[in-house]
Amino acid sequence: MPDRIHLAVALDGAGWHPAAWREPTARPTELTSAAYWRALARTADGAGLVLATIEDALSLGGRSFEPDAETRRDRARGRLDAVLLASFLAPATRRIGLVPTATTTHPEPFHLATGLQTLDHVSGGRAGVRLVAGSTAQERRNFGRRTDGPAGLPASGRVEDDPALLAAFREAGEVADVIRRLADSWEDDAIVRDLDSGKFLDRERVHNVEFEGEFFSITGASIVPRSPQGQPLITALAHQTVPYRFAAEHADLVFVTPADATAVGGILGDLDGGDDLRVFADLLVLVEDSRAEAEAVWARLQERAPLTTDARVVVGTAADVVDEIRALAAAGVDGVRLRPARLPADLDAIADRVVPAAAAAGILLPDDGSPTLRERLGLPRLASRYARQEVGA
Amino acid sequence: MTRRQIHLAAHFPGVNNTTVWTDPSAGSQIDFSSFEHFARTAERGFFDYLFLAEGLRLREHRRQLHDLDVAGRPNTLAILTALAAVTEHIGLVGTLNTTFNEPYELARQLGTLDLLSNGRAGWNAVTSSDAFHGANFRRGGYLDHADRYVRAAEFAALSKALWSSWRDDAIEADAETGEFLRADAIERVRHESRLFDVDAVFDVPRSPQGRPAIVQAGDSPDGRDFATQHADVIFSLHTAFDDAQQFYRDVKGRLAANGRDEDSLKILPAATFVLGDTADEARERSREIALAQVRPQTAITYLEQIWNRDLSGYDADGPLPDVEPDTGVETAQGFAGRHAAIRARVGQLREQAVAENLSIRELVIRLTATHTFVGTPEHVASEIDRYVQERATDGFTVVGHVTPHGLDEFTDKVVPLLQERGSYRRSYDEGATLHDLLGLPPVPANAGAR
Repeated sequence: MPDRIHLAVALDGAGWHPAAWREPTARPTELTSAAYWRALARTADGAGLVLATIEDALSLGGRSFEPDAETRRDRARGRLDAVLLASFLAPATRRIGLVPTATTTHPEPFHLATGLQTLDHVSGGRAGVRLVAGSTAQERRNFGRRTDGPAGLPASGRVEDDPALLAAFREAGEVADVIRRLADSWEDDAIVRDLDSGKFLDRERVHNVEFEGEFFSITGASIVPRSPQGQPLITALAHQTVPYRFAAEHADLVFVTPADATAVGGILGDLDGGDDLRVFADLLVLVEDSRAEAEAVWARLQERAPLTTDARVVVGTAADVVDEIRALAAAGVDGVRLRPARLPADLDAIADRVVPAAAAAGILLPDDGSPTLRERLGLPRLASRYARQEVGA
Repeated sequence: MTRRQIHLAAHFPGVNNTTVWTDPSAGSQIDFSSFEHFARTAERGFFDYLFLAEGLRLREHRRQLHDLDVAGRPNTLAILTALAAVTEHIGLVGTLNTTFNEPYELARQLGTLDLLSNGRAGWNAVTSSDAFHGANFRRGGYLDHADRYVRAAEFAALSKALWSSWRDDAIEADAETGEFLRADAIERVRHESRLFDVDAVFDVPRSPQGRPAIVQAGDSPDGRDFATQHADVIFSLHTAFDDAQQFYRDVKGRLAANGRDEDSLKILPAATFVLGDTADEARERSREIALAQVRPQTAITYLEQIWNRDLSGYDADGPLPDVEPDTGVETAQGFAGRHAAIRARVGQLREQAVAENLSIRELVIRLTATHTFVGTPEHVASEIDRYVQERATDGFTVVGHVTPHGLDEFTDKVVPLLQERGSYRRSYDEGATLHDLLGLPPVPANAGAR
């Protein structure tokens, strides 16, 4: 019996290739429209994918450290806030997990936490988040509040060699921590509506978080009562030691970028995440009916704007993609997140061809009907930490 | 001559003693189905917009969580954006604080809501400076009280600059030439002051509305100045007819100095209502609702927030406490300001109670649970119409007392009568933005960046 895994998709603008918006199948004038995103989300939902991530950044040039990122005119530009976009997509979808990206440097952690809890309520337990540490210089100028921060990866390429990046990861850890604390701050049955005592709330079951960190502090409980999942699913993308450590400590699910299936074992060893960390491998995919067609499209795209990518690229047929998924599954990942090179074309191909082929090959975990994203991923719904403390007292 | 048109907003009943959770029909304050029902009802009644308050911290009373009223609510922006997916026409307006947000982020969130709703977003810009709410935010309680409206005005100006920084036709998306953005598609926004140092390139395209509508709710002189400068709607508390007319004249009179005309700012006071088949029946229901809104414990708690003392030994049906208020420390909830103000307030309440022979509970009912319009649907409709025709308001922000069905009766019974009078719309125009629904002048397009 083959190893069975989950499939996910990563949604971003016109797709992951910078020239994707110029393809005839693209809808470049609709990238910030309701209709475009509703259609993408429904396709992904209908395909049975376990979750969809939605990219975000707090500047026009995205997370790019290129100096001309804000001024160049040849790239698709214009974005929607991902947490809100996910909230918009929740009523339009039924099963898929919604995992917006959020930057941990600038937003107020309290707003982010309550936004995610609300997404969990609105979606009936399908909320997640991908936390991104650090900020670019233009993001800092947009906010105008903090001038300090990373200038990009240091020459060594290692996060641990830049104190500003290390600090950004510590801050991201605090944000992850308070998202969970605020989610726990209301016990499940805190709303009692007791007519006899006249009490709407059992105040013993709502807890101020009293968080004092290096970067910020938060005193009170969440304003949002506990949501279906208890805590939203926290995820991160990680390529190296410090992010791996962040993921192992703070995430429920980590996206990794093995160069190929044989690299998976090493990554899993470095991650050291334990049983409750799900590991998804990223693949950037361009799918056509024949390998020759796929390669022709890819050549055209690369000629227009060469892609530099962290993830393995698969250009070919649905069968080629399934072969890669099978190899990654055998190597021990829990899932594969597909990054469509073009949207909506490669998402349509994933829904119409890749998923059915993977299912036929017996490498997909079927949807077992579990109501929440956590449960679908085999992760426990944690009790509120505050409730546990009382039991132990 | 055509009649002046009535504008209505629908306030989702939330966190206060006037939301009656003990009513047998009261549903969830948090499930999306409650919000969806409320929004669909308001849309069925052709309201201009639905309105959501904001929660930044759970209310506390004497350093403990306040447990008598509805507590807990969703994040305002997230729920409004979800509602954009299940509605087509109605405006979506939320309270969002200028102290505990940053302009770039809030402008892009509101821009997101505006795009996803096809131009139906609105922002009730409020200010805060208190350390109680600040304790949940990076900024903390840093903002000097006097700077609240300075920051709010700069925040609004900066947000407007960001929303207008994209040309309407910024996106060219020419696959042949490879030019996604036109030349000068996006203007850089610079704002340097004592409170902000922003050098921004906005990343959200312009919406069909140009920018979200801006609502203002404060009543201080600073608040009125902010409103006449920046707001499209005032959510006032002036509901007594003469007082409303006076407020209306004052605020509208200030507009010309800002280069604005009378129609560019709508005044929509909060209004509660109780309907009955007869006037007597409505009065009786009003009484029952008031007693549910102000239970004995609620009345005592209300006074404790002013006195800043334990008053649990007092009988809610008896006279006001004879002890003096504790003015040693400010209470967290903003009821207390300076010490003298507390004592003055207590004196005022005592005078009112004696003059009108009121118990604690009756006094608190007068203060928090007096219903604006009580009567038959015909009476309520004719009163609403009178206020608008005689320029006391441009309409009302209707506040029900039960979630989520509190608007059903108004929509079914009062709205058709307003329509019959020719003062209220019978349908939405296709593609109307919130600015259009409110009858506001269009937002000028950004013809091109410098």
